[in-house]
Amino acid sequence: MVTLSGRAAEVMEWLREVKDPEVPVVDIVELGIVRGAEVEGDRVRVDVTPTYSGCPAMRVIEEEIVAALRARGMGEVTVRTVFQPPWTTDWMTDEAKRKLAEYGIAPPGPATEEDPIQLGPTVRALACPFCGSEDTEVRSRFGSTACKSLHYCNACHQPFEHFKAI
Amino acid sequence: MTDRDAALFDCLLGLGDDRLVLGHVLSQWCGHGPVLEEDIACANIALDLIGQATLFLGMAGDVEGKGRDADALAYFRDAVDFRNHPLVELPRGDYAFTMVRQFLFSSFAFQVLGGLERSSHQELAGIAAKAAKENRYHLRHAAEWVVRMGDGTEESHSRAQAALDEAWRWTGTLFMPGPGEDLLTAEGIAPSLPALEPAWRAMVAEVTERATLALPEEPAPTGAGYRRADQTEHLGLLLAEMQIVARSHPGAEW
Repeated sequence: MVTLSGRAAEVMEWLREVKDPEVPVVDIVELGIVRGAEVEGDRVRVDVTPTYSGCPAMRVIEEEIVAALRARGMGEVTVRTVFQPPWTTDWMTDEAKRKLAEYGIAPPGPATEEDPIQLGPTVRALACPFCGSEDTEVRSRFGSTACKSLHYCNACHQPFEHFKAI
Repeated sequence: MTDRDAALFDCLLGLGDDRLVLGHVLSQWCGHGPVLEEDIACANIALDLIGQATLFLGMAGDVEGKGRDADALAYFRDAVDFRNHPLVELPRGDYAFTMVRQFLFSSFAFQVLGGLERSSHQELAGIAAKAAKENRYHLRHAAEWVVRMGDGTEESHSRAQAALDEAWRWTGTLFMPGPGEDLLTAEGIAPSLPALEPAWRAMVAEVTERATLALPEEPAPTGAGYRRADQTEHLGLLLAEMQIVARSHPGAEW
Protein backbone atom coordinates (compact mmCIF):
# COMPACT_ATOMS: atom_id res chain seq x y z
CA MET A 1 0.00 0.00 0.00
CA VAL A 2 1.07 3.52 -0.69
CA THR A 3 0.20 6.38 1.68
CA LEU A 4 -0.53 9.73 0.13
CA SER A 5 -2.07 12.94 1.29
CA GLY A 6 -4.64 15.42 0.04
CA ARG A 7 -5.98 15.09 -3.48
CA ALA A 8 -3.74 12.17 -4.35
CA ALA A 9 -5.28 10.24 -1.47
CA GLU A 10 -8.71 11.10 -2.85
CA VAL A 11 -7.66 9.76 -6.28
CA MET A 12 -6.44 6.57 -4.61
CA GLU A 13 -9.86 6.18 -3.00
CA TRP A 14 -11.54 6.60 -6.41
CA LEU A 15 -9.21 3.99 -7.89
CA ARG A 16 -10.68 1.42 -5.51
CA GLU A 17 -13.61 1.26 -7.92
CA VAL A 18 -11.30 -0.44 -10.44
CA LYS A 19 -11.28 -4.19 -9.86
CA ASP A 20 -8.79 -6.76 -11.07
CA PRO A 21 -10.59 -8.00 -14.22
CA GLU A 22 -9.42 -11.57 -13.59
CA VAL A 23 -10.22 -11.60 -9.87
CA PRO A 24 -13.09 -9.10 -9.62
CA VAL A 25 -13.39 -9.26 -5.82
CA VAL A 26 -10.18 -7.31 -5.22
CA ASP A 27 -9.46 -3.76 -6.33
CA ILE A 28 -6.19 -2.56 -7.83
CA VAL A 29 -5.23 -0.49 -4.78
CA GLU A 30 -5.46 -3.35 -2.27
CA LEU A 31 -3.72 -5.59 -4.83
CA GLY A 32 -0.75 -3.25 -4.47
CA ILE A 33 -0.22 -2.41 -8.13
CA VAL A 34 -1.03 1.31 -7.86
CA ARG A 35 2.26 2.84 -6.79
CA GLY A 36 1.31 6.49 -6.62
CA ALA A 37 -0.73 9.35 -8.03
CA GLU A 38 0.16 12.96 -8.79
CA VAL A 39 -2.55 15.55 -9.23
CA GLU A 40 -2.24 19.01 -10.74
CA GLY A 41 -5.49 20.85 -11.37
CA ASP A 42 -7.68 18.43 -13.30
CA ARG A 43 -4.68 16.49 -14.58
CA VAL A 44 -3.61 13.29 -12.91
CA ARG A 45 -0.84 10.78 -13.44
CA VAL A 46 -1.20 7.32 -11.94
CA ASP A 47 1.81 5.03 -11.52
CA VAL A 48 1.05 1.37 -11.96
CA THR A 49 3.34 -1.65 -11.78
CA PRO A 50 2.48 -4.90 -13.57
CA THR A 51 1.90 -8.12 -11.68
CA TYR A 52 3.47 -10.32 -14.37
CA SER A 53 5.43 -9.16 -17.45
CA GLY A 54 2.88 -10.65 -19.83
CA CYS A 55 -0.27 -10.06 -17.81
CA PRO A 56 -2.99 -9.42 -20.41
CA ALA A 57 -5.16 -7.68 -17.82
CA MET A 58 -2.81 -4.69 -17.57
CA ARG A 59 -4.17 -2.95 -20.64
CA VAL A 60 -7.76 -3.37 -19.46
CA ILE A 61 -6.77 -2.03 -16.05
CA GLU A 62 -5.19 1.07 -17.65
CA GLU A 63 -8.34 1.74 -19.64
CA GLU A 64 -10.49 1.34 -16.55
CA ILE A 65 -8.29 3.71 -14.54
CA VAL A 66 -8.74 6.37 -17.19
CA ALA A 67 -12.51 5.77 -17.33
CA ALA A 68 -12.90 5.80 -13.52
CA LEU A 69 -11.00 9.06 -13.05
CA ARG A 70 -12.71 10.78 -15.98
CA ALA A 71 -16.04 9.87 -14.42
CA ARG A 72 -14.87 11.70 -11.29
CA GLY A 73 -14.24 14.84 -13.32
CA MET A 74 -10.53 14.54 -13.99
CA GLY A 75 -9.55 15.95 -17.40
CA GLU A 76 -6.25 14.50 -18.48
CA VAL A 77 -5.47 11.06 -17.06
CA THR A 78 -2.16 9.39 -17.83
CA VAL A 79 -1.06 5.98 -16.62
CA ARG A 80 2.66 5.42 -16.24
CA THR A 81 4.09 1.91 -15.92
CA VAL A 82 6.87 1.62 -13.36
CA PHE A 83 9.06 -1.45 -12.85
CA GLN A 84 11.17 -0.61 -9.85
CA PRO A 85 10.69 -2.05 -7.29
CA PRO A 86 8.97 -5.10 -8.82
CA TRP A 87 5.51 -6.04 -7.55
CA THR A 88 5.27 -8.66 -4.87
CA THR A 89 2.20 -10.35 -3.40
CA ASP A 90 3.49 -9.08 -0.04
CA TRP A 91 2.00 -5.71 -1.04
CA MET A 92 -1.50 -7.16 -1.03
CA THR A 93 -3.51 -6.05 1.98
CA ASP A 94 -4.78 -8.59 4.52
CA GLU A 95 -8.28 -7.50 3.54
CA ALA A 96 -7.56 -8.44 -0.11
CA LYS A 97 -6.22 -11.83 1.00
CA ARG A 98 -9.36 -12.43 3.05
CA LYS A 99 -11.53 -11.56 0.04
CA LEU A 100 -9.55 -13.97 -2.15
CA ALA A 101 -10.10 -16.81 0.31
CA GLU A 102 -13.81 -16.03 0.48
CA TYR A 103 -13.93 -16.09 -3.32
CA GLY A 104 -12.43 -19.61 -3.29
CA ILE A 105 -8.82 -18.74 -4.15
CA ALA A 106 -6.17 -19.67 -1.57
CA PRO A 107 -4.32 -16.41 -0.86
CA PRO A 108 -0.54 -16.04 -1.15
CA GLY A 109 1.69 -16.56 1.88
CA PRO A 110 4.86 -14.52 2.40
CA ALA A 111 6.96 -14.32 -0.79
CA THR A 112 10.01 -16.15 0.46
CA GLU A 113 12.21 -17.39 -2.35
CA GLU A 114 12.57 -21.15 -2.41
CA ASP A 115 15.58 -22.76 -4.02
CA PRO A 116 14.49 -23.12 -7.67
CA ILE A 117 16.16 -26.49 -8.17
CA GLN A 118 15.35 -27.99 -4.81
CA LEU A 119 12.55 -30.11 -6.18
CA GLY A 120 9.59 -31.95 -4.75
CA PRO A 121 6.51 -30.73 -2.89
CA THR A 122 6.37 -27.15 -1.66
CA VAL A 123 7.51 -26.66 1.90
CA ARG A 124 4.47 -24.73 3.02
CA ALA A 125 1.19 -26.65 3.34
CA LEU A 126 -1.60 -24.76 1.67
CA ALA A 127 -5.00 -24.64 3.35
CA CYS A 128 -8.03 -25.51 1.21
CA PRO A 129 -10.17 -22.36 0.81
CA PHE A 130 -13.34 -24.49 1.02
CA CYS A 131 -12.83 -26.78 4.03
CA GLY A 132 -9.64 -25.44 5.60
CA SER A 133 -7.81 -28.77 5.51
CA GLU A 134 -4.05 -28.66 4.96
CA ASP A 135 -4.09 -32.07 3.30
CA THR A 136 -3.71 -30.56 -0.17
CA GLU A 137 -1.39 -31.09 -3.09
CA VAL A 138 -0.08 -29.11 -6.06
CA ARG A 139 -1.54 -30.20 -9.38
CA SER A 140 0.29 -27.61 -11.46
CA ARG A 141 2.34 -24.52 -10.75
CA PHE A 142 0.58 -22.82 -13.63
CA GLY A 143 -3.14 -22.12 -13.80
CA SER A 144 -5.91 -20.27 -15.58
CA THR A 145 -4.08 -16.94 -15.26
CA ALA A 146 -0.41 -16.02 -14.84
CA CYS A 147 -0.88 -15.32 -11.13
CA LYS A 148 -2.46 -18.63 -10.08
CA SER A 149 -1.51 -22.28 -9.59
CA LEU A 150 -3.74 -25.38 -9.44
CA HIS A 151 -4.23 -27.48 -6.29
CA TYR A 152 -6.37 -30.32 -5.02
CA CYS A 153 -7.80 -30.91 -1.57
CA ASN A 154 -7.58 -34.54 -0.44
CA ALA A 155 -10.04 -33.91 2.39
CA CYS A 156 -13.03 -32.41 0.55
CA HIS A 157 -11.93 -33.57 -2.93
CA GLN A 158 -12.21 -30.12 -4.47
CA PRO A 159 -9.76 -28.70 -6.95
CA PHE A 160 -8.90 -25.09 -6.09
CA GLU A 161 -6.71 -22.23 -7.23
CA HIS A 162 -3.97 -20.48 -5.32
CA PHE A 163 -2.74 -16.94 -5.87
CA LYS A 164 1.01 -17.60 -6.13
CA ALA A 165 3.37 -15.83 -3.77
CA ILE A 166 5.85 -13.93 -5.89
CA MET B 1 24.06 6.29 -30.82
CA THR B 2 27.16 6.27 -28.67
CA ASP B 3 29.20 3.05 -28.61
CA ARG B 4 27.78 2.32 -25.20
CA ASP B 5 24.19 2.77 -26.37
CA ALA B 6 24.89 0.58 -29.40
CA ALA B 7 26.16 -2.15 -27.07
CA LEU B 8 23.12 -1.71 -24.82
CA PHE B 9 20.78 -1.86 -27.82
CA ASP B 10 22.39 -5.11 -28.93
CA CYS B 11 22.26 -6.55 -25.43
CA LEU B 12 18.55 -5.68 -25.08
CA LEU B 13 17.76 -7.17 -28.48
CA GLY B 14 19.49 -10.37 -27.37
CA LEU B 15 17.42 -10.52 -24.17
CA GLY B 16 14.20 -9.72 -26.01
CA ASP B 17 14.77 -11.98 -29.02
CA ASP B 18 15.65 -15.04 -26.92
CA ARG B 19 12.32 -14.67 -25.11
CA LEU B 20 10.25 -13.77 -28.14
CA VAL B 21 11.50 -16.76 -30.14
CA LEU B 22 11.34 -19.27 -27.29
CA GLY B 23 7.92 -17.96 -26.25
CA HIS B 24 6.68 -18.48 -29.80
CA VAL B 25 8.09 -22.03 -30.03
CA LEU B 26 6.61 -22.89 -26.64
CA SER B 27 3.21 -21.48 -27.56
CA GLN B 28 3.00 -24.18 -30.23
CA TRP B 29 2.13 -26.62 -27.43
CA CYS B 30 -1.06 -24.68 -26.71
CA GLY B 31 -3.87 -27.11 -27.51
CA HIS B 32 -1.36 -29.94 -28.06
CA GLY B 33 0.12 -30.49 -24.59
CA PRO B 34 0.64 -34.09 -23.42
CA VAL B 35 -1.75 -33.46 -20.50
CA LEU B 36 -3.99 -30.48 -19.73
CA GLU B 37 -1.79 -29.18 -16.90
CA GLU B 38 1.27 -29.09 -19.16
CA ASP B 39 -0.66 -27.48 -21.98
CA ILE B 40 -1.59 -24.71 -19.53
CA ALA B 41 1.95 -24.54 -18.12
CA CYS B 42 3.52 -24.07 -21.56
CA ALA B 43 1.00 -21.39 -22.50
CA ASN B 44 1.68 -19.57 -19.20
CA ILE B 45 5.45 -19.74 -19.58
CA ALA B 46 5.16 -18.59 -23.20
CA LEU B 47 3.03 -15.66 -22.03
CA ASP B 48 5.62 -14.67 -19.42
CA LEU B 49 8.42 -14.92 -22.00
CA ILE B 50 6.59 -12.87 -24.61
CA GLY B 51 5.71 -10.31 -21.93
CA GLN B 52 9.37 -10.06 -20.95
CA ALA B 53 10.32 -9.78 -24.64
CA THR B 54 7.90 -6.86 -25.02
CA LEU B 55 9.61 -5.04 -22.14
CA PHE B 56 13.19 -5.68 -23.29
CA LEU B 57 12.41 -4.85 -26.92
CA GLY B 58 10.47 -1.74 -25.91
CA MET B 59 13.49 -0.56 -23.99
CA ALA B 60 15.75 -1.43 -26.95
CA GLY B 61 13.58 0.78 -29.16
CA ASP B 62 13.91 3.66 -26.68
CA VAL B 63 17.70 3.29 -26.57
CA GLU B 64 17.88 3.20 -30.37
CA GLY B 65 15.79 6.36 -30.55
CA LYS B 66 14.43 5.83 -34.05
CA GLY B 67 10.82 5.48 -33.04
CA ARG B 68 10.68 1.70 -33.27
CA ASP B 69 8.52 0.12 -30.56
CA ALA B 70 8.50 -3.51 -29.39
CA ASP B 71 6.06 -4.52 -32.14
CA ALA B 72 8.15 -2.89 -34.87
CA LEU B 73 11.23 -4.75 -33.63
CA ALA B 74 9.39 -8.06 -33.27
CA TYR B 75 7.45 -8.08 -36.51
CA PHE B 76 9.44 -5.98 -38.96
CA ARG B 77 12.99 -7.25 -38.60
CA ASP B 78 14.27 -10.12 -40.71
CA ALA B 79 16.06 -13.22 -39.44
CA VAL B 80 19.56 -11.82 -40.05
CA ASP B 81 18.83 -8.99 -37.61
CA PHE B 82 17.71 -11.22 -34.77
CA ARG B 83 20.09 -11.63 -31.85
CA ASN B 84 18.70 -14.75 -30.18
CA HIS B 85 20.78 -17.79 -29.34
CA PRO B 86 20.29 -20.71 -31.73
CA LEU B 87 19.24 -22.93 -28.79
CA VAL B 88 15.86 -21.19 -28.55
CA GLU B 89 14.93 -21.38 -32.23
CA LEU B 90 15.16 -25.18 -32.56
CA PRO B 91 11.75 -26.79 -33.18
CA ARG B 92 9.83 -27.87 -30.07
CA GLY B 93 10.61 -31.59 -30.64
CA ASP B 94 9.06 -34.11 -28.25
CA TYR B 95 8.20 -33.17 -24.67
CA ALA B 96 11.59 -34.37 -23.43
CA PHE B 97 13.35 -31.97 -25.80
CA THR B 98 10.96 -29.15 -24.90
CA MET B 99 11.66 -29.53 -21.17
CA VAL B 100 15.41 -30.17 -21.44
CA ARG B 101 15.82 -27.07 -23.61
CA GLN B 102 13.55 -25.14 -21.23
CA PHE B 103 15.72 -26.20 -18.31
CA LEU B 104 18.96 -25.22 -20.06
CA PHE B 105 17.51 -21.83 -21.01
CA SER B 106 15.84 -21.05 -17.65
CA SER B 107 19.01 -21.94 -15.75
CA PHE B 108 20.97 -19.67 -18.11
CA ALA B 109 18.35 -16.93 -17.59
CA PHE B 110 18.58 -17.48 -13.81
CA GLN B 111 22.23 -16.42 -13.92
CA VAL B 112 21.83 -13.57 -16.39
CA LEU B 113 18.74 -12.02 -14.77
CA GLY B 114 20.39 -12.36 -11.36
CA GLY B 115 23.24 -10.19 -12.66
CA LEU B 116 20.92 -7.71 -14.39
CA GLU B 117 18.82 -7.23 -11.24
CA ARG B 118 21.83 -5.40 -9.84
CA SER B 119 22.28 -3.26 -12.96
CA SER B 120 23.16 0.40 -12.48
CA HIS B 121 20.49 1.09 -15.12
CA GLN B 122 17.33 1.42 -13.01
CA GLU B 123 14.78 0.51 -15.68
CA LEU B 124 16.75 -2.53 -16.79
CA ALA B 125 17.20 -3.64 -13.18
CA GLY B 126 13.45 -3.37 -12.58
CA ILE B 127 12.48 -5.36 -15.68
CA ALA B 128 15.09 -8.00 -14.87
CA ALA B 129 13.91 -8.31 -11.26
CA LYS B 130 10.36 -8.96 -12.43
CA ALA B 131 11.52 -11.46 -15.07
CA ALA B 132 13.72 -13.18 -12.48
CA LYS B 133 10.70 -13.86 -10.24
CA GLU B 134 8.81 -15.41 -13.15
CA ASN B 135 11.84 -17.36 -14.26
CA ARG B 136 12.15 -19.11 -10.89
CA TYR B 137 8.81 -20.79 -11.58
CA HIS B 138 9.90 -21.74 -15.10
CA LEU B 139 13.18 -23.14 -13.89
CA ARG B 140 11.65 -25.21 -11.15
CA HIS B 141 8.99 -26.58 -13.47
CA ALA B 142 11.54 -27.57 -16.14
CA ALA B 143 14.01 -29.03 -13.61
CA GLU B 144 11.24 -31.20 -12.16
CA TRP B 145 10.44 -32.57 -15.61
CA VAL B 146 14.09 -33.24 -16.42
CA VAL B 147 14.39 -35.31 -13.24
CA ARG B 148 11.01 -36.99 -13.71
CA MET B 149 11.82 -38.05 -17.26
CA GLY B 150 15.53 -38.76 -16.78
CA ASP B 151 14.95 -40.84 -13.67
CA GLY B 152 11.73 -42.35 -15.01
CA THR B 153 11.10 -45.26 -17.35
CA GLU B 154 13.55 -46.68 -19.85
CA GLU B 155 11.66 -44.89 -22.61
CA SER B 156 11.54 -41.49 -20.86
CA HIS B 157 15.20 -41.80 -19.86
CA SER B 158 16.38 -42.53 -23.39
CA ARG B 159 14.32 -39.64 -24.76
CA ALA B 160 15.61 -37.23 -22.11
CA GLN B 161 19.19 -38.31 -22.77
CA ALA B 162 18.76 -37.88 -26.54
CA ALA B 163 17.24 -34.44 -25.90
CA LEU B 164 20.16 -33.44 -23.69
CA ASP B 165 22.73 -34.68 -26.22
CA GLU B 166 21.06 -32.61 -28.95
CA ALA B 167 20.29 -29.46 -26.96
CA TRP B 168 23.74 -29.42 -25.36
CA ARG B 169 25.36 -28.89 -28.76
CA TRP B 170 23.65 -25.49 -28.90
CA THR B 171 24.73 -24.18 -25.51
CA GLY B 172 28.25 -23.20 -26.58
CA THR B 173 27.34 -19.61 -27.41
CA LEU B 174 25.16 -18.89 -24.36
CA PHE B 175 27.85 -17.18 -22.33
CA MET B 176 29.72 -15.52 -25.15
CA PRO B 177 30.01 -11.79 -24.60
CA GLY B 178 28.13 -9.61 -27.08
CA PRO B 179 29.79 -6.79 -29.00
CA GLY B 180 30.88 -4.01 -26.67
CA GLU B 181 30.14 -6.03 -23.54
CA ASP B 182 33.12 -4.41 -21.81
CA LEU B 183 31.43 -1.00 -22.19
CA LEU B 184 28.40 -2.31 -20.33
CA THR B 185 30.28 -4.16 -17.59
CA ALA B 186 32.53 -1.13 -17.00
CA GLU B 187 29.47 0.95 -16.04
CA GLY B 188 27.78 -1.86 -14.13
CA ILE B 189 24.90 -1.97 -16.64
CA ALA B 190 25.22 -5.68 -17.45
CA PRO B 191 27.14 -8.56 -15.89
CA SER B 192 30.05 -10.21 -17.67
CA LEU B 193 28.59 -13.33 -19.29
CA PRO B 194 31.68 -15.57 -19.21
CA ALA B 195 31.95 -14.99 -15.45
CA LEU B 196 28.44 -16.44 -14.96
CA GLU B 197 29.13 -19.71 -16.74
CA PRO B 198 30.63 -21.75 -13.86
CA ALA B 199 27.55 -21.25 -11.67
CA TRP B 200 25.30 -22.30 -14.56
CA ARG B 201 27.38 -25.43 -15.20
CA ALA B 202 27.17 -26.37 -11.54
CA MET B 203 23.37 -26.04 -11.60
CA VAL B 204 23.07 -28.06 -14.81
CA ALA B 205 25.38 -30.74 -13.42
CA GLU B 206 23.38 -30.99 -10.20
CA VAL B 207 20.03 -31.46 -11.92
CA THR B 208 21.24 -33.79 -14.67
CA GLU B 209 22.98 -35.96 -12.08
CA ARG B 210 19.79 -36.23 -10.07
CA ALA B 211 18.04 -37.10 -13.33
CA THR B 212 20.60 -39.89 -13.95
CA LEU B 213 21.47 -38.23 -17.26
CA ALA B 214 25.00 -38.04 -18.61
CA LEU B 215 26.23 -34.60 -19.61
CA PRO B 216 28.10 -34.83 -22.91
CA GLU B 217 31.81 -34.73 -22.20
CA GLU B 218 32.74 -32.79 -25.28
CA PRO B 219 32.44 -29.04 -24.80
CA ALA B 220 29.59 -27.59 -26.82
CA PRO B 221 30.87 -26.07 -30.06
CA THR B 222 31.02 -22.31 -30.11
CA GLY B 223 30.47 -22.09 -33.86
CA ALA B 224 31.55 -18.97 -35.66
CA GLY B 225 31.51 -16.97 -32.45
CA TYR B 226 28.56 -14.73 -31.83
CA ARG B 227 24.92 -15.71 -31.93
CA ARG B 228 23.84 -14.31 -35.25
CA ALA B 229 26.49 -16.20 -37.20
CA ASP B 230 25.15 -19.46 -35.82
CA GLN B 231 21.54 -19.10 -36.85
CA THR B 232 19.84 -22.23 -38.07
CA GLU B 233 17.36 -22.62 -40.90
CA HIS B 234 14.57 -22.81 -38.32
CA LEU B 235 14.51 -19.12 -37.43
CA GLY B 236 13.37 -17.93 -40.87
CA LEU B 237 10.49 -20.41 -40.91
CA LEU B 238 9.45 -19.46 -37.40
CA LEU B 239 9.51 -15.74 -38.16
CA ALA B 240 7.56 -16.24 -41.37
CA GLU B 241 4.75 -17.73 -39.33
CA MET B 242 5.02 -15.22 -36.49
CA GLN B 243 5.25 -12.10 -38.66
CA ILE B 244 2.83 -12.86 -41.49
CA VAL B 245 -0.27 -11.22 -40.00
CA ALA B 246 1.51 -8.05 -38.87
CA ARG B 247 3.22 -7.70 -42.25
CA SER B 248 0.08 -8.40 -44.26
CA HIS B 249 -1.90 -5.81 -42.33
CA PRO B 250 0.59 -3.21 -41.08
CA GLY B 251 -0.87 -0.97 -38.40
CA ALA B 252 -3.88 -3.19 -37.86
CA GLU B 253 -5.41 -3.14 -34.38
CA TRP B 254 -7.92 -5.43 -32.74
